[in-house]
Amino acid sequence: MGKVIVVTSGKGGVGKTTSSAALGAALAQNGEKVVVVDFDVGLRNLDLVMGAERRVVYDLVNVIQGEAKLTQALIRDKRVETLYLLPASQTRDKDNLTPEGVEKVIAALKSAFDWVICDSPAGIERGATLAMRHADVAIVVTNPEVSSVRDSDRIIGLLDSKTLKAENGERIEKHLLLTRYDANRAERGDMLKVDDVLEILSIPLLGIIPESMDVLRASNVGAPVTLADGRSAPALAYFEATRRLKGEDLPVTIPGEKRSFLGKIFGRKAA
Amino acid sequence: MKLFGFFSRGQSAPAARERLQVLLAHERAATGDVDLVNKLRDEILKAISKHMQVDDEKVSIKMERGAQVSTLAVDIEIPFDAGKKAA
Repeated sequence: MGKVIVVTSGKGGVGKTTSSAALGAALAQNGEKVVVVDFDVGLRNLDLVMGAERRVVYDLVNVIQGEAKLTQALIRDKRVETLYLLPASQTRDKDNLTPEGVEKVIAALKSAFDWVICDSPAGIERGATLAMRHADVAIVVTNPEVSSVRDSDRIIGLLDSKTLKAENGERIEKHLLLTRYDANRAERGDMLKVDDVLEILSIPLLGIIPESMDVLRASNVGAPVTLADGRSAPALAYFEATRRLKGEDLPVTIPGEKRSFLGKIFGRKAA
Repeated sequence: MKLFGFFSRGQSAPAARERLQVLLAHERAATGDVDLVNKLRDEILKAISKHMQVDDEKVSIKMERGAQVSTLAVDIEIPFDAGKKAA
């Protein structure tokens, strides 16, 4: 039985889709069978970020409405054999996403995959609550920035009340993924520090993804960043995050803190 | 080394531009729910189901939307006695 993960944030543009694709690909690159599900009906983008936008035949809503079988809607990644994508519908209304339909789809995916990663839409409406509904684990994507932290706090509240686990009196496992972290700005004191965010949200840290051109470059060419350049800083951070997700006790390195004297000089110059 | 890699990698923005142009051309052309490729997909399946019982699990459909040409591949397993059953 696979694990269901929701990648959520409340706020838009913080890196949910990028992280869903990167974590999914990273897990699959290690041989795990992974499906990444786009819940953003009407504004899908996971297909684009994963480079499968030209190959979408059916989508999540087609499956829920019984117009297509689940196996027909799944798109297999061309680079990693064990990575699959279930796209959202671009033209249908969000109301087509029914709780019963989502439950069926997630149950089927759980029995066929090791990991089911649900890429949540922004906001706290139907799409977002349905994406988190069946999750075993939540990854809260947050930028070190006030509005993002506030929205994450709101989402954590929803995770603790609106998920199936919460309703059954169980605790849902929650992890913080801090994205777009800029070591130089943090050093200058112009950005919330990791400890600040952790103290405010008080959920364990899954990883810190540094702000990087590599992320933009990866989305430009339609590849999860762990596939586009597996040795880039963000890719390494995502690989580490997946190891923690699998239960490994791996210390988190804060970008910039381990820099040598020379690195500091050059880092400043570059900034 | 890293600097070298940076230059040799080439730009990614042209790829982004090209991908978006193709994608958006298809999305804009789609009126409401149905674009041509989707329409063909549905009608092909309908035509086939007239002659045999179509088992959805035995039908695989692949699409590739291109700038000039799109491809639609419908792969159907037809059982030996399919025709008799329908008749």
